[in-house]
Amino acid sequence: MKLDGLNIELTQMPGAVAAYRAVVDAAQWVDTCRAIQEQGGRLVALWAADARGEGRGFIAHAALVVRSGLLVLTHPLAGASFPDVAAIFPAADRMQRAAFDLLGVAASAGDDRRKWLRHAAWPENEFPLRKDFDSRRRPHGEPSRDSNADESAAPRVTGGRIPHPSLPTSLPSEERRLEPPFSTWEKGGDEGIGAPAPPLDAYPFVRVEGEGVHEIPVGPVHAGTIEPGHFRFSVVGETLLRLEERLGYKHKGIEKRFESMTLAEGARLAGRVSGDSAVAYAWAYAMAVESATGVTPPPRALWLRGLLLERERIANHLGDLGFLGNDAALAFGLAQFLRLKEDWLRAHHALFGHRYLMDVVVPGGVARDVTPEGAVRMRSEMDEIERAVTVLKSVYDEHAGLQDRFINCGRVAPGLAARLGLIGVAGRASAQSWDLRVEYPYPPYTELEVRMSTHRNGDVAARVTVRFEEIFESLRLCRLILERIPAGGDITARIPPAAAGAFGVGWVEGWRGEVFIALETDSGDRIRRCHPHDPSWQNWPVLEHAVIGNIVPDFPLINKSFNLSYSGHDL
Amino acid sequence: MYQLLKQIAATGILTEAPPQPDEALRVVAERLRADVLRHFAGALTIRHVDAGSCNGCELEIHMCNNPYYNLEGLGIRFVASPRHADMLLVTGPVSRHMETALKRTYEATPDPKLIVAIGDCGCTGGIFGESYASCGRVSNVIPVDVAVPGCPPTPVAIMQGILTAISAGRK
Repeated sequence: MKLDGLNIELTQMPGAVAAYRAVVDAAQWVDTCRAIQEQGGRLVALWAADARGEGRGFIAHAALVVRSGLLVLTHPLAGASFPDVAAIFPAADRMQRAAFDLLGVAASAGDDRRKWLRHAAWPENEFPLRKDFDSRRRPHGEPSRDSNADESAAPRVTGGRIPHPSLPTSLPSEERRLEPPFSTWEKGGDEGIGAPAPPLDAYPFVRVEGEGVHEIPVGPVHAGTIEPGHFRFSVVGETLLRLEERLGYKHKGIEKRFESMTLAEGARLAGRVSGDSAVAYAWAYAMAVESATGVTPPPRALWLRGLLLERERIANHLGDLGFLGNDAALAFGLAQFLRLKEDWLRAHHALFGHRYLMDVVVPGGVARDVTPEGAVRMRSEMDEIERAVTVLKSVYDEHAGLQDRFINCGRVAPGLAARLGLIGVAGRASAQSWDLRVEYPYPPYTELEVRMSTHRNGDVAARVTVRFEEIFESLRLCRLILERIPAGGDITARIPPAAAGAFGVGWVEGWRGEVFIALETDSGDRIRRCHPHDPSWQNWPVLEHAVIGNIVPDFPLINKSFNLSYSGHDL
Repeated sequence: MYQLLKQIAATGILTEAPPQPDEALRVVAERLRADVLRHFAGALTIRHVDAGSCNGCELEIHMCNNPYYNLEGLGIRFVASPRHADMLLVTGPVSRHMETALKRTYEATPDPKLIVAIGDCGCTGGIFGESYASCGRVSNVIPVDVAVPGCPPTPVAIMQGILTAISAGRK
C-alpha cells in the first residue's frame, strides 16, 4: 500500500496505534524523511540494531509522524553507515551520535561526529549494543566488582569501610592508582577506595570567545535534588550567550539489559526507564508486546490504563507547578502543591498498590482493578483537588512577583519550536499542537475527545498555563473514564508465545510528551532488541536555545519549566 | 495577597494534624528530632547525589519535604555543596559515568560523614544490576553506613534510614 504521497511500499502493523512499516534503501531513507518534513511531519526516534546474527548486517530504523499515523522506516545497511538526516530533522543529530556510540553505525557526512552517550566507560572502538559485546565485561581491564554474582543480593552495608579489591599488576601505574585527591580518601591507605574510577572524560565543547566572555561549568552533580548532567554556560556578565549540554552520565545500559530479558520481565524494566513516567513507559512497552504478538487487551484494561496515565500526568503536573513557584521564590506554592501531590500519591498507594503506579500496567492488560469504593474515593478526592488547584491558579495568576519571573522568560517562539521539533508540554506551550491523544488516539482516547491545551507565547508562563489546563482536563477525563468504563470482565489477556523476529511498536502521550518503544522478539519469548525513546531527546536541544539572552539565575526556572528526563535520555 | 493568606489559613498546619494520621510517622519524626538534637546540635545537613537512578527515588526525596513529613522542620536540610554536608544520600545503581563524580563528591564531604544508599538499586544494583555501564550498588564505589530498600522507598522509609544512620552516631 502507499500513503500520503510517499513513494514507498508500506505494510500496516498490527496493534493499537495506526503504524506502518517500510523497508527502504539509502536514497528512499533521505527522500522519505525530506518529503515528511515538507508535509509538516516530524521525527519521533532514530535507532540502530545489530542483525548480523540473522545474516542481515546492521539496520537503521527511524520512526516518523505522517498524516495517517506512525511510519517506521527500516534501512538494512550494506556496511556500517547510513545517510545523515540531521539537516532535515535537527533532533536526529544526537540520536545518530548515540547510534554510533552504541552500535558503531555512523551517519555518513554528519557535521557533528562527537561522541554523545559514551563517556570514558568503554573504549571508542567497542560498541555495547553489538551482539558480540559481553555486557558483563569490565572495559579498561578492571577487576570485577560483581558482588551480585557470588554473594546474596542483600543490601551490603560496609560500616564505613570498603574492601580493596586486589588490583591487577599488569596495568600501568597511573591506572592502578587514583590521582590525587582520591588517594587521600582513607587515612593510611594509598590506593584510594574500591576499584579505580574510569579516567576523566574529555569532551570538545564549543567555545565562545570575545571580550568579557567566560564559562560557568555546572554539574554533573547539581545543587538540588535533581538528576546529573553537565551544563556549560558561556556568559557575559549575567547574560547567557550560549548553553551547551553534556548528557549521558546516567547511561546504565538499559537497552543491553533488555536483551537479557524475556518479554514478561521487560515490563518491569520499561517502567523504570524514567521513574516519573512509569505508566507511560509500561503502557508503550505493553503496546509494543501486544503489537508484536497480535494481542488486544480487554476493553476494561484499556480504560484503566487511560485512568492510570491521566493520574500520572496530574501527579507530575502538581509537583512541577509547586517547584516552579518555589524556583521563583514562592515557597507557598511548593508547600501547597506538594500537599496535594502527597494526597494524590497516597490514593495511588491505597488503590493501585504503588505511589508511582509502577508495575500496574503489564503486557496484556493491567495488574489492578478499581473497586466501586475506590471509584467513589477517587471522585471525591478529584473534587477536592480541583477546588484547591482553582484557588492556587488564581493565586499564581495574580501574584505580580511570580508573573514577573514567568512572563517572557525562556521563550521558544513557535517557528523555532517547529524547526527543532519541540514536543509534549513544552511544545504545546510554543504552539506545537501535537498530542497523540488527540491526533492519533488509541483506545480509550478514541472515545474521549481530549481537549488539547496550546499556547503561543512559548515562555515559562505558557508552560505553567499548559500544566494548569492539563490538570483540569485530566481530571475531566478521569471522571469520564470512571463513568464510562466497561463493567466487569477480565483485565488481562494472555500473551501467546511470540515468533522470533516479530516487531512491535508502542506510542503513548505521557505527561512530558510522547513515549515511544520499538521491540523485536527473539526465540523463547526473549527480547532481541528494545529501544525506548523519551520525548526529552527532542526537547533537550531546544532548552539550549530557550536560555539564550536570559540571565543565569533564570536558568533553574527555565530548566524546571521543561522538566526533562535525564534517565530516559541517557538510557 | 488576600487569597494567598486565606489559602494558607485554610490549609492550616498539616504537619501536626495530617488528615490521615500516621502513627508510624509520628514515632519517626520524634525520634529524628531527638537524635538530630543529640548528635548534630539540632542541624543535620544532607547532600543528595543521584548516581544513576531512574529518578523515582528523587521523587520520594522531594516528598520528604512536603508539609506532611516536613523534614526541614526537624532541623534536617538539603544543602547545595558536599562541603556543607554531614551526610550523603546516594540514589541509583552507580553508573560508570557517575563513578568519578560520586567519588569526588564523597571526597569533598568533610569527615566525619555518613553515607545512606537509597532504593533497591542503591542497595543491590536493583533491576539494572552490574554491567559495562553500571557499577551496581553504591557500596561497590564508596563506603555505605545505611542502605534503605524500596522501589522507591517511601518518605517514611527514607526518614527511618536517616534516623538509623545518625543514631548509630559514627564518631
